[in-house]
Amino acid sequence: MTFPYSRTKSGQQPCIIGIGESEYKRRGGHKDTSELTLLLQAIRTAANDAGIDARQLDGYASFGYERHEPVLVQTALAAEELNFSNIVWGGAGGGCCASVMLAALAVSSGMSQYAVAYRSLCQGQYERYGQFRPRPMYGQYLAPFGLMAPAQMTALTFRRHMERYGTSSDTLAEIAITIRQNAQKNPRAVMYGKPLDREQYFDARMIADPFRLYDCCLETDGACAIIITTMEKAEKLGKPAIPILASAQASGPRWSLGPMGTHNMPVDDYSTVNSRHVAKALYEQSGLTPADIDVAQIYDAFTGLIPMAIEDYGLCGRGESPRFIESGALRFDGKMPINTAGGLLSEAYLHGLNLVIEGVRQMRGTSTNQIESAKTCLVTSGGGGGHKSALILGRG
Amino acid sequence: MSYLPRELPHPEPSPEDVFYWDNCRDRKLVIRHCNSCHTFFHPPMPSCTACGSVDLGWRQVSGSGTIFSYTIAHHPVHPALKTSTPYNIVVVMLDGASDVRLVSNIIGAQPEQIRIGAPVELCWDEIDKGMFLPRFVLKTTMDAAGRETL
Repeated sequence: MTFPYSRTKSGQQPCIIGIGESEYKRRGGHKDTSELTLLLQAIRTAANDAGIDARQLDGYASFGYERHEPVLVQTALAAEELNFSNIVWGGAGGGCCASVMLAALAVSSGMSQYAVAYRSLCQGQYERYGQFRPRPMYGQYLAPFGLMAPAQMTALTFRRHMERYGTSSDTLAEIAITIRQNAQKNPRAVMYGKPLDREQYFDARMIADPFRLYDCCLETDGACAIIITTMEKAEKLGKPAIPILASAQASGPRWSLGPMGTHNMPVDDYSTVNSRHVAKALYEQSGLTPADIDVAQIYDAFTGLIPMAIEDYGLCGRGESPRFIESGALRFDGKMPINTAGGLLSEAYLHGLNLVIEGVRQMRGTSTNQIESAKTCLVTSGGGGGHKSALILGRG
Repeated sequence: MSYLPRELPHPEPSPEDVFYWDNCRDRKLVIRHCNSCHTFFHPPMPSCTACGSVDLGWRQVSGSGTIFSYTIAHHPVHPALKTSTPYNIVVVMLDGASDVRLVSNIIGAQPEQIRIGAPVELCWDEIDKGMFLPRFVLKTTMDAAGRETL
């Protein structure tokens, strides 16, 4: 499904008017505050940021594994109306940007006046993503063989990228250190005040070869929310509106559950993040090319996803990512700065929605690592699962 | 003794794949095969993933293949794995079965022997009385002196 932004009637085009997040803490850090309380805090903060009352929200969107149904959130907010309620299928965060797309569709079509895309995830209160969780589909082909955690699943796809293109632990170290460095300017980041150097990176224990500890994202507690409405309504509010220039979700053929399934994706697609179809849709909708992207927030549940993703989105050529990355291109002052708030590796693991929030901040000019004169931001969703989604945000 | 602890989750057959697991009990590896376009596919589904046909059968395969990808797991992600790390996880591309791959393990190999492209052979591993998992061993070849080498 794609969003034809350029063909949407002027005034009805979707934009982001509010962002909000709870305090992010390490897993177990929010012991006395429930996941739902954190979610409501995030939504109210976002509503306040947008200049509306949270009770005006009438559209609700989230993505796979969210625990709090819209009717519950509506009730807790004492909101009068619920006119749109949807969740995107799939694990591994693949539906994150698509939840923003759903909210955009809802407001542009007039189904909803103000829609919220949200995610709450407290791994200290519920299950840990880094440990075994029963998988109802195809788990019988994985768990008996000890394939149980996303780090292992992603390591399998990335291993072939290493074999074919020469990506290495040096490439991964550069990514982990770059993203951690970005978190040093972001006081909201869980890894704020904890810089990482090469020695620490290589000394850390191996999790699933080639992934060491700092190649793996955080397990955190928190919630975040984004409010979407039309340009017309945003103008009336007099608040800065960040246009959604493109949004898409897609999957290539025979991808099924991807690395979270039995690894029978097409051989040529195996060492990718299954995002080439998403990328094509984004660039077609927006009329932009990869060269027009000024800053990117790339789904970084594991460092090894980044080389595959930047190739899928055309930010460098197929197989060129190791040299591109090792040249420093992804750093704050590099050619293609990424994950400027610290990403899922060093800010928090909100299943990707905190990457969208940072994308909005970049386009507002309010990031703690602001890329001067950036006019476009690519935000991508999804690591090891099936379908993927992404957004291109523009300057308000 | 099986490659990984018996306390790990065991296969729970569904109507879709009870035939697959029943054959594992008999130490036979069978793969879904499309009678229309003659493509093998995995995991078992109600229709062919290449052409959509519902005219499906099963074919027994030899179980020889090559390592398509691998990782060495060092971090125990299940309580039963606490004393089992490091262990290997491989994706094996089966010979003679289109591009069907199985997630499995290599028995009796050092981590450094596991590499992409290495030829492997099927080796049934008993995890419970009468229940076998399809695991693999590195294929050995005879050198000039008649000794087995990897």
